[in-house]
Amino acid sequence: MSITEYFNLIFSDYTLRNISLGTAVLGVICGMLGSFAVLRKQSLLGDAISHAALPGIALAFLITGGKDSNVLLLGALVSGLVGAFWIRGMISKTHLKSDTALGLILSLFFGFGMMLLTYIQKQPNANQAGLDKYLFGQAATLVESDVLLMIGVTGVALLVVLLFWKEFKLLLFDQDYTKTLGFNTKFIDILITFFIVLAIVIGLQTVGVVLMSAMLLAPAAAARQWTSSLAMMVFLAALIGGFSGVFGTAISATQNNLSTGPVIVLVASFFVVISFVFSPTRGLLFKQIRLIKNRRDLKLKKTLQFMYGIAQTHENIDHPHTIRILNNFQGFTKKSLRKMEENQWILLNKQQWSLTSKGFKEAQNLFNQQPQHE
Amino acid sequence: MTQKIAIQVDDLTVAYNYKPVLWDIDLVIPQGVLMAIVGPNGAGKSTLIKAILGIIDPIAGSVAIYGKPYKKQRKLVAYVPQKGSVDWDFPTTALDVVMMGTYGSLGWIKRPGQREKKAALEALEKVDMLSFKNRQISQLSGGQQQRIFLARALVQNASIYFMDEPFQGVDASTEIAIINILKELRKAGKTVVVVHHDLQTVPEYFDWVTFLNVKKIATGAVKDIFNDDNLTKTYGINYKVAVNK
Repeated sequence: MSITEYFNLIFSDYTLRNISLGTAVLGVICGMLGSFAVLRKQSLLGDAISHAALPGIALAFLITGGKDSNVLLLGALVSGLVGAFWIRGMISKTHLKSDTALGLILSLFFGFGMMLLTYIQKQPNANQAGLDKYLFGQAATLVESDVLLMIGVTGVALLVVLLFWKEFKLLLFDQDYTKTLGFNTKFIDILITFFIVLAIVIGLQTVGVVLMSAMLLAPAAAARQWTSSLAMMVFLAALIGGFSGVFGTAISATQNNLSTGPVIVLVASFFVVISFVFSPTRGLLFKQIRLIKNRRDLKLKKTLQFMYGIAQTHENIDHPHTIRILNNFQGFTKKSLRKMEENQWILLNKQQWSLTSKGFKEAQNLFNQQPQHE
Repeated sequence: MTQKIAIQVDDLTVAYNYKPVLWDIDLVIPQGVLMAIVGPNGAGKSTLIKAILGIIDPIAGSVAIYGKPYKKQRKLVAYVPQKGSVDWDFPTTALDVVMMGTYGSLGWIKRPGQREKKAALEALEKVDMLSFKNRQISQLSGGQQQRIFLARALVQNASIYFMDEPFQGVDASTEIAIINILKELRKAGKTVVVVHHDLQTVPEYFDWVTFLNVKKIATGAVKDIFNDDNLTKTYGINYKVAVNK
């Protein structure tokens, strides 16, 4: 199947439409809530929670004996929440740092989950096959009801984010201050955490326990590079997440059915790389270009400053001087002199130079300039 | 004393695990003073402020603001945290941070509108930062960040201000600008409590002082109690002798 064929089929083919819509919505909710996780410096929380959800899935299967995805996800939600609040408690009640607490809970729950999965596989009952899809995700198994659930959860999450926008922003920036203003920080914190867990749980079927945290972090990390406004960052992260979902699905569907989850994560990571290199303000490329340009400018200005010193000793500033007297001074070349002439700082006349009034002013104001980049 | 009491702290004790950080603090701060809390590192200066503000739960003791529990008087109190306590790379602007000062009076869910924006702009003007209103906070210098934090508290239009080391890492011009604003607040009858490190400037900046080293050593008017005796009791060395050696 080619990409154009895919985009034709997306509206008519039931499975393809489900998968595309599902992964797009998943990308949107993960991007949106992932922004909060990243700004709270809880990037790894998503990883711990998604791993912590695994035993919940296994236990839900063992208790009900069925594989209804809603029931399994409910199990995942409960065990994900237990994991999340266990981590919270551990950090606030003990001297452990958050990375230690996250690592401990992640391994503990994941280990327990894997143990339960192997136990289930040894059961004589033939019904157990397919539970391992929650490990790496299998988007192809998405049905319409799954997608509707995703859309519903995303809608509620969006509503909550819009409603509590002010409180979320305040808590993310300055938790102590939030408390002194009379807001219940515990409630806001629990609300954010709850929805992050929810976003992770609805993504498990598609992307899987192992890769789920990338869905939260990658769009947010990419979006942060392009903007310095929280609202824009959340919006962009949702957009990048959604695009990653759709493109990831398109690529996986058109290339011999590559596993969808990993491809989506790779597409999202591609956005991250692009953003880190090409973002105009924070990107590595433009930062480097600006650095080189600034250095060159400063070198020119250093020469100009030297000329300014000489010009000041004369009554009229445009009095010509020979280029030779610059010789004792490192830092000028024919090229840099020509560049200065282009800037209209100096006039060159054979072996002589003279300062223009523009150059004089430039040198005068060298130390009073505002930085060029905001 | 005929002055009204702004803050009254009774038997306040705070401990992290087994180690007491503040021990049985009784403190009465009259209205309209500009007070410094001084003491060595680890004396519990910031903790005292945080305990009064309910950021940290004390083991024992109570705090009254104008005779009522702090929780009922929250709107009368503004707080300026240490500027190092937040991530200044957070994606937002100076104006937006100052607007946060209005969130408390807005309450849950309600969004700030024109009135709040106007108040924030006025506060920015007071700290001489109006031209930086749309500046990314990561692009501000340490002194400018401190001014933004002060503006955020000014927006709250409180009666009592708590400030945690506002002069740390700021240049002389910002320090003077801040202390002048604080003196203006005092003139307007407000009470200002500042965690302060620089003993040299205490007599010049403040009219009230509390010496703290886990226990309260002394509290009162600078002209009465800012002396060698109390400094020695607080810091464990004869400060002036040690400096002039």
